Amino acid sequence: MAEMDTSSGGGHKKGPGVKKGKKLSTRVDLTPMVDLGFLLLTFFVFTTTMSQSTAMNMNEPKDEKDKEMKVKNSGAMTILLGKANQVYYYYGQLDPNTVSEQFKSTTFKDIRKLILEKKNGTPIDDLMFIIKSDKNSTFKNAIDILDEMTISAIPPGHYAEVDMTPVEEMLIQQTETANGIK
Amino acid sequence: MTAMCDVAFLLLSFFILATKQKPPEVLAVKTPSSVSSKAAPDKSILITLTKEGKVFLMLGDDTKKAAIIDDVNKTRNLQLTPDELARLKKAEYIGVPFNMLKSYLGASSEIPATTLPGIPVDTANNQLTDWIRSVTNVYAGEDQRKLQEMLLVKGDGEALYPLFKNIKSAFKANEIFKFRIVTEGESVPIGSELYKTGKSKEN
Repeated sequence: MAEMDTSSGGGHKKGPGVKKGKKLSTRVDLTPMVDLGFLLLTFFVFTTTMSQSTAMNMNEPKDEKDKEMKVKNSGAMTILLGKANQVYYYYGQLDPNTVSEQFKSTTFKDIRKLILEKKNGTPIDDLMFIIKSDKNSTFKNAIDILDEMTISAIPPGHYAEVDMTPVEEMLIQQTETANGIK
Repeated sequence: MTAMCDVAFLLLSFFILATKQKPPEVLAVKTPSSVSSKAAPDKSILITLTKEGKVFLMLGDDTKKAAIIDDVNKTRNLQLTPDELARLKKAEYIGVPFNMLKSYLGASSEIPATTLPGIPVDTANNQLTDWIRSVTNVYAGEDQRKLQEMLLVKGDGEALYPLFKNIKSAFKANEIFKFRIVTEGESVPIGSELYKTGKSKEN
């Protein structure tokens, strides 16, 4: 680094009682600058790799009325998405007599455990997750639940998005009013 | 110390210059996250769904953009003048219904994206179907897998689900069953099934 000559040029001598001014070094301490440099460097390295947006595949089934899939009641779990990130679910088919026991509400945080329980407790050939999104649910909910399927490694073809029935819509509405979800 | 400082700043300036600057987004959209690790392609036919529920279309493939717009003009009988067509081809995004295209293109000053009504996608009048039909018409002789990889839907997490369903039905109406959704990358949760198998999303 460049240095400056700070010694006084003239041969001005001070008297014996006067203390000599200590010569101060002009070298700048570079440590903070290096620190800052590396800090910024790490910041840029991290942010550039993180902000990469990814693409998730979506496979839609063909609408074929005559080719409806039969699902075993024992292997089916229906997941319903409601408003305010609420999740509802039931196993098998809704039975009018036991609806109140079958129809349960949960959250996105707990659904992973339930999905896994169902997956582990069912022969893989019978397993089927039926996903139904309410008109008040959001795009994020729909993507999140598909992501949950991937996270729990549910093989493709063992989950499907289906339209909601009026009965289910009503049940969601009832539960929402009961739980005070707006 | 001086050498270290030099190296640090050299690397720093390299990274700053080497990073591709994100193009300024006209439509602010906060996408949901997924564990998918595949990067979204740069060149795409992008359908954006905003928080307010408006649908915009961006034709990112410059080689086909003009042909798609010409095709829409022909199939929907829009009767746009060559001047209006040229202006539409230059537009970065399309966010107005067909009946408003003429007045939109005739406007003297550029209308900000936030005030545009978006492409109607409701069940009775799903104009996105027409746009996608033209896209499939133009890409008819091309590699269909390539087209599938280019079809992207980018939605705001807070947009309501029925709108997304309408977009899906616009694809379905054109016999497109595979498309992709733009998401924010997310790490696989530790201890989950996917984490154990160590397999990235490939389905």
